[in-house]
Amino acid sequence: MNKSLKMILVLTIITIISGTVLSYWDNFTKPIINEHKSNKLDKLILEILPEHNSIEELKLGEYNLYIGKQDNKIVGIAFKVEGGGYQDIISMIVGVTPDFSEITALKILSQKETPGLGTKIVEDPSNENPAWFTEQFKNVKVKPEIVYVKNSKPSKDNEIQAITGATISSKSVVNILNTNIGKVKKMYNEK
Amino acid sequence: MSQKKVTLFQEFLKGIWKENPILVSLLGLCPTLAVTVSAENGLAMGLAATFVVVSSSVIVSILRKIISPQVRIASFIVIIATFVTIADRFLAAYYPDISTNLGPFIPLIIVNCMILGRQEAFASKNNIGRSFLDAFGVGIGFTVVLVLLGGVREILGSGTLFGVEVMWNNFHPWAVMILPPGAFLALGLMIGVSNWLNELGEKK
Repeated sequence: MNKSLKMILVLTIITIISGTVLSYWDNFTKPIINEHKSNKLDKLILEILPEHNSIEELKLGEYNLYIGKQDNKIVGIAFKVEGGGYQDIISMIVGVTPDFSEITALKILSQKETPGLGTKIVEDPSNENPAWFTEQFKNVKVKPEIVYVKNSKPSKDNEIQAITGATISSKSVVNILNTNIGKVKKMYNEK
Repeated sequence: MSQKKVTLFQEFLKGIWKENPILVSLLGLCPTLAVTVSAENGLAMGLAATFVVVSSSVIVSILRKIISPQVRIASFIVIIATFVTIADRFLAAYYPDISTNLGPFIPLIIVNCMILGRQEAFASKNNIGRSFLDAFGVGIGFTVVLVLLGGVREILGSGTLFGVEVMWNNFHPWAVMILPPGAFLALGLMIGVSNWLNELGEKK
């Protein structure tokens, strides 16, 4: 057989087989992976909203708002925000007070930050409280904007402390919150 | 080739010590340094890489006579990428926590030179049995070093091993050990110790 023809044929066949195997495997694993994702989302929303007895869903542009109500009074609003991190998209759920002035809770849904450094935004094994980074956002004021400080404890009520060695990841989280909360607030008030 | 002199058992064993991919050949250092912040991460990374190197070696060895030399590297990469994607999706579906921990480093196994190296240097020239043993040995060697490295860094950097507290109560974790410098320090010392042991063995 012609040499070049054989080359083309062999590589094509290998690629076709590989593609077929992978598409079957993807079909098989995708539902399980998606289930993990939606389970995680549901669980986080429940954790993030303050005490409530009903949740109302509201679609605003690209955002899905989960409005927590206690006896028909809005107690908190949670929604998913996304944006660029150090290497890939960081996606998180943020809870805010009904007037969008303060953050009530923050949880990271998914991220692909550097293991051991940027991943501290989710879990910091070197700290007594591994979730300190996201927990410090509780009661942080959104106005005029959230600011991060390095190597010192935050002194103002719109400041948070960045992670040593992972400033870019910390900064990304802050930026994502600043841009998205403002956008959602605007849309929500205009509704 | 002195193939006849090498017994099957030696074929397997050489990857663990004499030709250990990390300690001797210094291959695949990127995942080695990056993910070994804990023993669990090291173990997961090692097992995923072992699965990929063993499966790819077997397939490459089966196809070694029909893959034209001009397209061999491309073919190897496609075969390796297939198994890496299988491993990646498997972890994401059944071990979501580990998958989040390892982040982009599982897909990056595709470009791990240790794995491509085994295909090029061994599986494309040897029969299936030998290729399997060779790849298995190298995979185990890789895994053992990753677990040791992850273990040392986890104990010193977080005071835990496989997530269990092992240090005394007021032990202050050395944060540097789970930062990049800690990876270089620990790996350098491990390579030093292994060279020292080799020298001791030669003197006898």
